[in-house]
Amino acid sequence: MIVDLAIIAVKAFLVLFMVLNLAGVLGWVERKGSALIQDRIGANRASIFGFAGKGLVNTLIADPLKFLTKEDFIPPAGDKLLHTLAPCMALFPALVTFAVIPFGDILIIGDHAINLQVANLNIGILYVFAMGSLGVYGIVIGAWASNNKFSLLGGVRGSAQMISYEVAMGLSVMGVLMVYGTLELQEIARDQGALIRDLLPQWLDFLRPIIGWLPAWGVFLQPLAFLLFFTAAVAETKRIPFDLPEGESELVAGYHVEYSGGKFLMFFAGEFAEIVTGAGLVTTLFFGGWQVPYLMRDGFHFPWGATWQLPNLTVVVFQVLAFTLKVLFFCWLQILLRWTVPRFRYDQVMRLGWKMLLPLALINIAVTGIVIVAAQ
Amino acid sequence: MDASTLIFFLLAGLLILSSLCVVFLRHVVHCAMALVVALLIIAIFFVTLHAPMVGILQVMVYAGAIMVLFLFVIMFLNPTSLERVRGVWWGLATALALLLAALLVPLFSSESTGDSVAATELFGSPEVLAKSLFNDFVLPFEIASVLLLVAIVGAVVLAKRERRSNGAA
Repeated sequence: MIVDLAIIAVKAFLVLFMVLNLAGVLGWVERKGSALIQDRIGANRASIFGFAGKGLVNTLIADPLKFLTKEDFIPPAGDKLLHTLAPCMALFPALVTFAVIPFGDILIIGDHAINLQVANLNIGILYVFAMGSLGVYGIVIGAWASNNKFSLLGGVRGSAQMISYEVAMGLSVMGVLMVYGTLELQEIARDQGALIRDLLPQWLDFLRPIIGWLPAWGVFLQPLAFLLFFTAAVAETKRIPFDLPEGESELVAGYHVEYSGGKFLMFFAGEFAEIVTGAGLVTTLFFGGWQVPYLMRDGFHFPWGATWQLPNLTVVVFQVLAFTLKVLFFCWLQILLRWTVPRFRYDQVMRLGWKMLLPLALINIAVTGIVIVAAQ
Repeated sequence: MDASTLIFFLLAGLLILSSLCVVFLRHVVHCAMALVVALLIIAIFFVTLHAPMVGILQVMVYAGAIMVLFLFVIMFLNPTSLERVRGVWWGLATALALLLAALLVPLFSSESTGDSVAATELFGSPEVLAKSLFNDFVLPFEIASVLLLVAIVGAVVLAKRERRSNGAA
């Protein structure tokens, strides 16, 4: 009993620790990455005993210290209580969503089989959407409590944008749920360990030599859903090209104009935590989660028949490593996007969400349904 | 008293407190946020009653979507403080509350709990809910969805008509 509780506590702590730290490191990746993309040097000023570490000291130590020691300003005409609560409301959903994302299969230590996922809920993906829908409050309340025109405009834009893209996001996942037939993210990740040749129906047998060797990852079975989901996930993080709620050239800084010091840092950390969570979701739903191609529970089983036996611990290390690398890749992709694409106009954002993503997601659901029925 | 009972009473107390806040707080946005808290606590109750699906839908639909629309409207209209409530409404509200309380008295005083059915692990799970929605009650479900579609089309038509008259004027 106590051991089980301790295992859950350790898992929860580890995931929270990793997400928060990855969010911090992403701050550095963003600064140095943007410098790389724009042919600059980037953050390189602060140093401790001569160690600047390519700007790591800036981002990991100097920046947070600066934020935390700055004056915390609350607009006199604003709402003190809600102005203080809003950053927490923004950060909380971003941090707790990762609880249902599995980062490995089952680790066996002694007689304990540990499911490498903090919370194994049978509603899985719905929990993600529920928490995502709560993320709107941080923006709306923060914007309103600041008692500032620009904030309010940013908050209104933010809430409209997030609600619109939640619809497209939810419907785009529907195809994946239909294919794997479950809401549990751990089950979805596990099912992606199969090979496509095992899933092909009789009448598609001629495709077996061409694509049969591919793992049954979501991106191969639901390519359109992947594009839709990733677009919606980027829009949910409210970063360029979807940063209309902030829109510096129009709204100063949008919903967090009136935030400074530690509270601004919380909004900032929430945004990066959302990037990590979005990357984790894309990995789990479309890129096999912790799956390494051809790696089963007892070792590698290659499609040409060769096998390579491995102990449980090695397999789990491979899995966690694969998951981490995939998540890092999608974090980097989001940062690359942010520094490559210009900002949309607001009507373009709404048109993309409602007139492109939504109908495409509905078509995807219909086609997936027809294919599944035909394959039976 | 075991831990789950303790948690229930703790949450129930918080629920009553936040519900009172919805009614008595001066500012509309504060009231709305108190309502969000109340809805979230009810969602936790659903989860503890073996109905996680209903709980999560409560969060998604009520706390996540409908309350955001409430806030949207409040932010656009921005009523700085509530107008003073008139005495007639207080009287009516008190009468209704007393009536409700009177209805609850026999419920609490009766010994038997009625037809109690033991909730299984699967009760309220997505599978069971989906089976009953799409097999047993598929017709009412479809009728409800058509009703919603009609409402959406109606809203779009009304919004369009408004714009045309604005353009003419």
